[in-house]
Amino acid sequence: MEAAAGGGCGSGPPLLLSEGEQQCYSELFARCVGAAGGGPGSGPPEAARTVPGTVTAAAGPVADLFRASQLPAETLHQITELCGAKRVGYFGPTQFYIALKLIAAAQSGLPVRIESIKCELPLPRFMMSKTDAEIRFGNPAELHGTKVQIPYLITEKNTFKRMDDEDKQETQSPTMSPLASPPSSPPHYQRVPLSHGYSKLRSSTEQMHPAPYEARQPLVQPEGPSSGAPGAKPPRHKASLIRSFSVEREPHDNSSNYPDEPWRITEEQREYYVNQFRSLQPDPSSFISGSVAKNFFTKSKLSIPELSYIWELSDADCDGALTLPEFCAAFHLIVARKNGYPLPEGLPPTLQPEYLQAAFPKPKRECTLFDSYSESMPANQQPRDLNRMEKLSIKDTADFPVPTQDVTSDDKQEQNKTRLALKSTADEALPKDMSEDPATSKDSNSLKARPRSRSYSSTSIEEAMKRGEDPPTPPPRPQKTHSRASSLDLNKVFQPSVPATKSGLLPPPPALPPRPCPSQISHHNVNSERSAHPKPPTQLPNYGDFRLQKQSEQVSEAEIHPQLNRAPSQVAESSPTKKDIPHSQPPSKPIRRKFRPENSATESQEPPSTVGGPVSAASGKPHAAVQKQSSKQKKAIQTAIRKNKEANAVLARLNSELQQQLKEVHQERIALENQLEQLRPVTVL
Amino acid sequence: MAVCVAVIAKENYPLYIRSIPTENELKFHYMVHTSLDVVDEKISAMGKALVDQRELYLGLLYPTEDYKVYPSHQSPCVESTFPNQLCRYGYVTNSKVKFVMVVDSSNTALRDNEIRSMFRKLHNSYTDVMCNPFYNPGDRIHSRAFDSMVTSMMIQVC
Repeated sequence: MEAAAGGGCGSGPPLLLSEGEQQCYSELFARCVGAAGGGPGSGPPEAARTVPGTVTAAAGPVADLFRASQLPAETLHQITELCGAKRVGYFGPTQFYIALKLIAAAQSGLPVRIESIKCELPLPRFMMSKTDAEIRFGNPAELHGTKVQIPYLITEKNTFKRMDDEDKQETQSPTMSPLASPPSSPPHYQRVPLSHGYSKLRSSTEQMHPAPYEARQPLVQPEGPSSGAPGAKPPRHKASLIRSFSVEREPHDNSSNYPDEPWRITEEQREYYVNQFRSLQPDPSSFISGSVAKNFFTKSKLSIPELSYIWELSDADCDGALTLPEFCAAFHLIVARKNGYPLPEGLPPTLQPEYLQAAFPKPKRECTLFDSYSESMPANQQPRDLNRMEKLSIKDTADFPVPTQDVTSDDKQEQNKTRLALKSTADEALPKDMSEDPATSKDSNSLKARPRSRSYSSTSIEEAMKRGEDPPTPPPRPQKTHSRASSLDLNKVFQPSVPATKSGLLPPPPALPPRPCPSQISHHNVNSERSAHPKPPTQLPNYGDFRLQKQSEQVSEAEIHPQLNRAPSQVAESSPTKKDIPHSQPPSKPIRRKFRPENSATESQEPPSTVGGPVSAASGKPHAAVQKQSSKQKKAIQTAIRKNKEANAVLARLNSELQQQLKEVHQERIALENQLEQLRPVTVL
Repeated sequence: MAVCVAVIAKENYPLYIRSIPTENELKFHYMVHTSLDVVDEKISAMGKALVDQRELYLGLLYPTEDYKVYPSHQSPCVESTFPNQLCRYGYVTNSKVKFVMVVDSSNTALRDNEIRSMFRKLHNSYTDVMCNPFYNPGDRIHSRAFDSMVTSMMIQVC
């Protein structure tokens, strides 16, 4: 809406202000007035206009503002003169507006003339950060958010890309033609140093998007009409915040309060990260294990050393797992890296888990807030999935294949990014107050504690697997229990008819066979197992059962076969012996009986071993004839014999080797002697 | 001061070697290599003893020997002995990863406890490196945190 500003003042020709200009100017005026002495709020432009006489802007702030426009002093003098302030002695709203318009004209390169202000001009640009109006100007709330977003985005991207740029010149250069329309603002936005944008973001509280937009463009000259009334209060609030966070123009802004702008996570980004976290681990208060995170981050296509370094930075407690804040930090670092930022030497303070915990106390809550907020946003704005990444760079979101949304969002980036970024910054400003959440710090502590336990999960799994792979080591004990049960029956069974029972027992339980069986079998040949076998006794020739079990060793099988043949005959013999033996070893007895497989395993090993050696022959006899003591002795003797045999074998081998060496040495000696002989033919003479 | 720190994998290949006088790096490599034999000997001597923290530390591996500095690389035959006493210390972890540290004791005779604490720090940093899922066991260690820790050890003791 156009309004004639200069109506009642008579200070000059009627001033036609566009809506945005109205807003800007009124804001600026209010600021100047307010700065002068807590002046009245910026009423509607009409009000200001209609009551020109009552409101005057103090010269001080006005002068500052004019100086901020960075026009030469002479021009400013001209402007002041022209606008009539000098004439009337004060800066009334009319004068102020005219002056602003003249400034805009001057900045656009037009001569400072009253006529200049008649054409549509872009809003005047004021460099100084304290001019909150600029900030507000920056919000082309009227421009559809899309336009604003685009420029913002571009700005963000450019700033990110050119961290080193000093954008002073850019802000000054009149990028816009006098007929600047909102679309022309993009160039401006490009110049906005990232830090500024971020600072604004940071400082913005949760506001309607116009407010964030305003906050975002501290240095950007207002493209066009600023947002309407809704932004009035919040912008002011924000303006104050922004003022407090005012930063130098240096893009890097290292000296500002936000030296690590790129390392701050915006609200949108935060939401995005939280969603990604949830996709990996449903419980946001839990953590992601290292392998899961590794797979996820590998998709970002960064090099492994870089990912390794990022992990090092972000896993603060070095437990091999990522809690939510750690995950957000890592994700953010990856995003930054993909956007071309060099990785920092140390974890930036804004990415520290404690900070993140405090800054985003309840991700869920904010999520919901954000969601509701986004719903209220125009349709073209895409909530979150926009990618925080977008803030960093337009193109990079696509790189991360994980969220397909990102791809789509990329398409819409231009429209939504700025808006979302603004929103997020608005949200972020709130979380700034760390005091908010002592509880979250506790949570973080507990979270940290948990990861420790979790990090061991993988190891435990491996251990479990190892245990699972250990079938061969079967505890013979269980067999004993079985046997105990069976022993009762067996005893009864055996006594009446041994052979019958034996035969009956033979078929039944191959299943049980103890793993020791194969190992034992293998040992047979080595003659080792006998003593090692937990079951003491004597070899029971239950070869038949033994054969039923898998035989890893052919030899053992071979041994077993002959034994098997003997088994039946021996079974009868053994059974009585077994009966005797049981007294001393009830558990073993049943084992022998019932668990043929086991018994056979154990016993087979014994018998085979005996078979293997000369002892085998003897084993049968002793069993038959000897009592349990004799069987024990037998066993001891057999053990000793076996050991002696082994020693013999070793010594024999050693002997042969030494003999061999001796031979070689002899040969060498002979060769050397021959050489010697050849070498002294003279002596022969 | 620690002039050389080395992390040797179970299979006796180096995961990380860093020495302060970088010009004689090869010599340090050789020294560490020879120290491995001593380490192995000590490990086997321990037999089946349970490896606890104390036994992880192997103590002085080698009697101090003169550290020969070659004046020029072109003439290796000419040696001028530089009376630097070098002490090698060893430390082995449960997973048979060995840490060897060559310490120049000319300035200060480091106490045993200091050596132990240095090894403990090394071990902690090593476990932190292990915790990184992007680190494959058996790779060379490129972790910056580990590097900085080793640097601090080498410099501070200097």
